[in-house]
Amino acid sequence: METFLQQLINGLVQGSVYALVALGYTMVYGILGLINFAHGEVVMIGAMLAISSLNVLLGNGVSPLLALPLCAVIAMLGCMALGYGIERIAYRPLRHAPRLAPLITAIGVSIVLQNLAMMIWGRDYLPFPKFFSNNPHSFGGVIISDIQLLIFVLALTLMGLLLLLVQRTRLGRAMRAVAENQQAALLMGVDINRVISLTFMLGSALAALAGIMVSANYGLAHYYMGFLLGLKAFTAAVLGGIGNLKGAMLGGLVLGLIESLGAGYIGDLSGGFFGSNYQDVFAFFILIAVLVFRPSGLLGERIAERA
Amino acid sequence: MNPEYLLEIRDLKVAYGGIQAVKGISLNVAPGELVALIGSNGAGKSTTLKTLAGLLPPASGHVYYQGKNLKELAAHQRVTQGMALVPEGRGVFARLNVTENLLMGAYSRDNRAEINLDLDRMYALFPRLAERCGQLAGTLSGGEQQMLAMARALMSRPRLLMLDEPSMGLAPLMVQKIFETIREISAQGMSILLIEQNARLALQAASRGYVMESGAITLSGAAVELLGNDAVQRAYLGG
Ligand SMILES: Nc1ncnc2c1ncn2[C@@H]1O[C@H](COP(=O)(O)OP(=O)(O)O)[C@@H](O)[C@H]1O
Ligand SMILES: [Mg+2]
Repeated sequence: METFLQQLINGLVQGSVYALVALGYTMVYGILGLINFAHGEVVMIGAMLAISSLNVLLGNGVSPLLALPLCAVIAMLGCMALGYGIERIAYRPLRHAPRLAPLITAIGVSIVLQNLAMMIWGRDYLPFPKFFSNNPHSFGGVIISDIQLLIFVLALTLMGLLLLLVQRTRLGRAMRAVAENQQAALLMGVDINRVISLTFMLGSALAALAGIMVSANYGLAHYYMGFLLGLKAFTAAVLGGIGNLKGAMLGGLVLGLIESLGAGYIGDLSGGFFGSNYQDVFAFFILIAVLVFRPSGLLGERIAERA
Repeated sequence: MNPEYLLEIRDLKVAYGGIQAVKGISLNVAPGELVALIGSNGAGKSTTLKTLAGLLPPASGHVYYQGKNLKELAAHQRVTQGMALVPEGRGVFARLNVTENLLMGAYSRDNRAEINLDLDRMYALFPRLAERCGQLAGTLSGGEQQMLAMARALMSRPRLLMLDEPSMGLAPLMVQKIFETIREISAQGMSILLIEQNARLALQAASRGYVMESGAITLSGAAVELLGNDAVQRAYLGG
């Protein structure tokens, strides 16, 4: 029972990070009908930027309490610029090209960003500076650390704010209008390119925060970390129903739970044949199963193939 | 360019790929006028309106609006300049509710208090919409969607309202209602360019009309004259 609860907590924390990244995939898909496969790399760059700026800030005697939000702002601004640039350079010129074309440029952008990160930050694991105690709190044998608590609360808050933005603001209305009918949105006076850029920037800001969360949680970052994380978050978005915001949130949490509960019990279930290192495989089993049995995902409508 | 006109089109040509859909038309709308553009299916009417709204690039020719050449103005900027198009098929946002659709119509405006006043005015003009203000637009009937599309266009406070076949696919009673509203808006001084296949209704509401056939304007004049014209009667008025 304690293992179960412990895995439940771990799963929710990891899942809330998946959800933040999944939102980036799903927002862009909703508005442009394309999968931004470079999104995982934006998460990685966010983590790298945050760690670098934290090192500089802490090295110059800035208090940790100030350094943490500052590095988050730096990472967010950096990633927003990056997300804007990716759309401008890799996707906008191909807006009317066959659907395969932006997929190929997305992979190209991923490779460029990975190599760029490798050149700047090196091939080794980059440690996340330890400047806080990260106290573990124990509740009846179940342990949750300060960082885990912070991640979970912050991620849920961000998700709530995003929903508010999309449902209640002028920009959110314009985003939904553009997603539904670009030509009609134009006729309302909506600058479509601006709304698309803002959507990429919004998703990238969330990605930056997600990057900080993962690297703080595991204590490290790596130029290759965006690949697996991106793929899993994409899985979460598909699981929830791609294009659907609440779906991405639910999909992220569910994927986190399945992974961590699966990893916790896979040894027992397989009689020790598989160890918890098989955790990553779950995501892809799920991706395949969803694509085969319920391509529209948990909350998605049937996706009509766009011309 | 004649400064008396709100809209002046000169020798406009529009093509889809290599195929010319509009083959050099000239047309104008004076302030406060209701002008009808009639013609059978495929004549190039919608292509003309889409070009005016900036959704299609002209192949050649000029469009002047308020005395200015529209060439450099993107579609979304034309809305700010006071042009509003209610497109063929209405184009309401099915997954936005009625109020949200109307607010999208006011997207180009800033003054929140004035927008709210206009929202109330639209609900007074279309009580049916008021009853359904929280409903998703996709759940409305065709006639209600047409009302919504017109109200949404009015929310931008246009100087030129362009309507593309507002009667299409509607029951006769609803068509009457829509045309009553068009007359009402026109009587309040709005300049309107109206496209219709229902030539009789359009010409009865309009002061002037143009007849379009396979991309060219073949006849124009006062609406009453066109209504009495033999050729128009044979081709568009069923005898
Ligand atoms: N998107 C398009 N691509 C190619 N041809 C088109 C397109 N839209 C319309 N056309 C053609 O242009 C001509 C004029 O069409 P349209 O302007 O829609 O006519 P109307 O509105 O008068 O019925 C028609 O021959 C039609 O087939
Ligand atoms: Mg038409």
